[in-house]
Amino acid sequence: MSERRIRVLIGKPGLDGHDRGAKTVASVLRDHGMEVIYTGLHQTPAMIAEAAAQEDVDVVGLSILSGAHMQLFPKIRDELTSRGKGDVLLVGGGIIPHDDIDALEADGFAKLFGPGTKTTDIANWIEEEMKTRFEKEGDEV
Amino acid sequence: MSEHPGVLERLLSGDVTALARAITWAEAGDARFQRVLSGANERVGKGWRVGVTGPPGAGKSTLVNEMIGAHRAADRTVGVIAVDPSSPFTGGALLGDRIRMDGRSSDGGVFIRSMASRGSRGGIARATVDAVDAMDVFGFQELLVETVGVGQAEYDVVGAADTVLVVLCPGAGDGVQALKAGILEVADVLCVNKADLPGAERLVSDLEEAVELRAVGLRDGWITPVISCSAGKAEGIAEVMSALASHREWLEEGRLREHRSVRRLAQVRRAVAEALDVELWEAAGWRDRASHLLENGKAHYDVVADLINGLRDAVREKTEGSTKER
Amino acid sequence: MSTVEKTSSDPRALWEEALRGAKLRDVDFTTLSGEELKVIYTAEDASFSERDDLGMPGQFPYTRGVHPTMYRGRLWTMRQFAGFGSAAQTNERFKFLLANGQTGLSVAFDFPTLMGHDSDEEISLGEVGQVGVAISSLADMETLFEGIPMGEVSTSMTINGPAPILLAFYIAAAERQGVPPEKIRGTVQNDILKEYQAQHAWLVAPEPALRMITDMMAYCSDHAPQWNTISISGYHIREAGSTAAQELAFTLANGMEYVRRGIAAGLDVDEFAPRLSFFFDSHLDFFEEICKFRAARRIWARKMRDEFGAKNPKSWMVRFHTQTAGVSLTAQQPENNIVRTAYQALAAVLGGTQSLHTNSMDETLSLPTEKAVKIALRTQQILAEETGVANVIDPLAGSYFVEEQTDRLEEQAEAYFKEIEERGGVVPSIESGFFQSEIHRSALKYQRAVEAGTKRVVGVNSYVEEGEGQPEIDIHRIDPSVESDQHERLAALRGSRDSAAVESALAAVREACRGDANLQERFVAAAHASCTLGEIAQVLREEFGEFKEPKIL
Repeated sequence: MSERRIRVLIGKPGLDGHDRGAKTVASVLRDHGMEVIYTGLHQTPAMIAEAAAQEDVDVVGLSILSGAHMQLFPKIRDELTSRGKGDVLLVGGGIIPHDDIDALEADGFAKLFGPGTKTTDIANWIEEEMKTRFEKEGDEV
Repeated sequence: MSEHPGVLERLLSGDVTALARAITWAEAGDARFQRVLSGANERVGKGWRVGVTGPPGAGKSTLVNEMIGAHRAADRTVGVIAVDPSSPFTGGALLGDRIRMDGRSSDGGVFIRSMASRGSRGGIARATVDAVDAMDVFGFQELLVETVGVGQAEYDVVGAADTVLVVLCPGAGDGVQALKAGILEVADVLCVNKADLPGAERLVSDLEEAVELRAVGLRDGWITPVISCSAGKAEGIAEVMSALASHREWLEEGRLREHRSVRRLAQVRRAVAEALDVELWEAAGWRDRASHLLENGKAHYDVVADLINGLRDAVREKTEGSTKER
Repeated sequence: MSTVEKTSSDPRALWEEALRGAKLRDVDFTTLSGEELKVIYTAEDASFSERDDLGMPGQFPYTRGVHPTMYRGRLWTMRQFAGFGSAAQTNERFKFLLANGQTGLSVAFDFPTLMGHDSDEEISLGEVGQVGVAISSLADMETLFEGIPMGEVSTSMTINGPAPILLAFYIAAAERQGVPPEKIRGTVQNDILKEYQAQHAWLVAPEPALRMITDMMAYCSDHAPQWNTISISGYHIREAGSTAAQELAFTLANGMEYVRRGIAAGLDVDEFAPRLSFFFDSHLDFFEEICKFRAARRIWARKMRDEFGAKNPKSWMVRFHTQTAGVSLTAQQPENNIVRTAYQALAAVLGGTQSLHTNSMDETLSLPTEKAVKIALRTQQILAEETGVANVIDPLAGSYFVEEQTDRLEEQAEAYFKEIEERGGVVPSIESGFFQSEIHRSALKYQRAVEAGTKRVVGVNSYVEEGEGQPEIDIHRIDPSVESDQHERLAALRGSRDSAAVESALAAVREACRGDANLQERFVAAAHASCTLGEIAQVLREEFGEFKEPKIL
């Protein structure tokens, strides 16, 4: 009946307070017509996964600059899976070395965006990815 | 897929992701939501609904967060719908109310859902009531809807609640504007937040005076209380909770059935209007007919008359037909 | 024709005529902060009084510098910030630095410590020792300074929310070495206001946080007179995306708020103000940065003398540390970051900084490697020893452009001071998200300009190297055993300490929260009782309430 909008949760796991990137990306995704839920700072993996479940988001985007991504990102993925949200489009960004990007992308993360990525590229990539996902989706009453 | 239980079954068995998906359908106006809700109709009406509105910056999210805390302290479960405006230009939205409320949402007894208003077609009032129905069916005891603004659109959103709480704060002439916007007609409880700021006492007394002048007999004897609080400092929360509880008691002492049936009826009417718009305008070809008539130089009121008369005739024919059969 | 006559006699008109027909490059000529600039500045643009607006170095209003001799007397201090892993690892690094002639130590803490959490709390997972050293108790602080004479070194600790607790650990560790608080020297950053605005490592809500700061100021006045209690920092505001004018305005507004609080707590302004210092960013726009530093000195001098009635010239002076802009570094072609950092360092020196940290080229990829840190330090040494820029004080003074931009920044700062006041002051403006949303808007505007290509970033949106793969840079990683070792240390501590003493020390902190007793004294006592950082911080959170960031998006 009415159009389906892409819903995105932008989460800041861990204790670092650098939210410039997260807020910028959130604003740009909004400008691309998405509905963006921003969780605020200092979130635990469980808090992020619970928010993603309650908000029924299509995309979870994580931003981290503290160096704890290899501990926290897989934990968030596990928390999402245990809540039945394992199918969400999971992406991330921050100060993440290339080896770690490869490891995470081989392990449930759809894409990691490094420093200097154009935010519009992130938005376009999500739009493309969600187009095919929405087509495939089917949930029964 | 059929070996997996469906959304309705999972929702009834307490699966949060099923509730979340049902709300997504409600927001999208997806017909699957109606089937879910119809399948659980007998469960609607168990929870208590409070609508919270007020101008931007009044501290509604902070207050709602405190209300959640108070309910949880009393071991009551809480479902929250927080509505924020969509961008009129892009249709996107930034939903940040969780920032003020999170921390609470991981304890299992609290469900928070952010919703974007998605334009001005009026669908948001229907979508929020649907979402609250879904939380009600799921089993949350306390149901809160928070929306920004003091105007007709916001009143439509909160108006389906059992109790309407209007939150104001001193400064920027919001109080006066709110009075002009007719809050006394919708507010069951008025709350002046940030009561430690200058101008708070004045705002409280202005509101009390206005209530006294206008409220007698306005709502069958309920006199809207004016409560001060400082949600950011967790002060005055007990007073707000007790005012809300008094309103609930007052309703439960007699008027609840009537109150709810009036609101239910409004809900049906809204849904009918929305469905008609889709059915007639899109599906039954009214858009094409209207545009055809306009192009042929008809005045717009004549176009309206043409369409409505056509509908009326069709309905009459159908009714007469079925009478005959009988 | 008259134009011909006029142009032949008037260079200005001749130049304007030439400009009118000329084709200019099709690029954005605004500053990094988006300020429009003229093509040229002349005497008409810069109307300054040499006496009132510039003064001489070491004289009010200090536009030209705070010392009469500046770098002819003494070069700026090259202070590189360090700290990583465990207390024992950092202790080794400190000893190495001291053995090589460094007299000051600068401690970076990890995020759990910065947020007031112990290494073994769940929320600390993965963060222990990552970006700095983990200090959860007096025992950790004693390890950090083992074998280092705390009465002789000067220590700078970059910590804010829990700064009073870390200072208490430091005081207690010194006392265990037999060094009384009167003998310790150093600084805690302790600038909580900018944490709410930009950096976001807070412990409790603003008002109680400010009370802890005034308690610390009072305690240090009585017991630790050589300890500097606040380093008012614009660096993090700028890194979060503000413009130069916002960095300047918000930093000085915060500084004035601390002065107001100190005076309101009954302290003599001339007793604490000389021990306030500042910390700024040096970003890419060369002239705008230099003008920002000059404007900061002039504004502060005027405010302190004329509005706060400070009599001691030391109260009027902005002495500041500078760090080059981490946010300007790119992950693409990372070696280019050496060049960016060099220009930024030059701007800081021409702006008269007292000390300088130059960033390492690999910081967008990981913690800096030793090689990258060394190049960063050499950059400063080349500047000081080879370029000649340290020979003459404030060499750009009197430039029409520089003086006009210095005035412009001062005016913009004044406009912000007025707006903040209209919004009820610094704390209400934090609570309503004013600063945060101003910073976010500037950050977003800049990001859009970069993506649109109107602001150029070499290697990112211009001169991009096709098929650019992995940068050839080593990655510095923290050994995960740091985290498990910390868990063991804490478990051992909790098992061996006198738990009755812990309980009563925490109860004393709680009681002070509810009353007027000086919190700093109770923190020192709690440190001696082996209470942990997380335990003390938890009492504060319970008593004072946590800060929830306002919704600004």
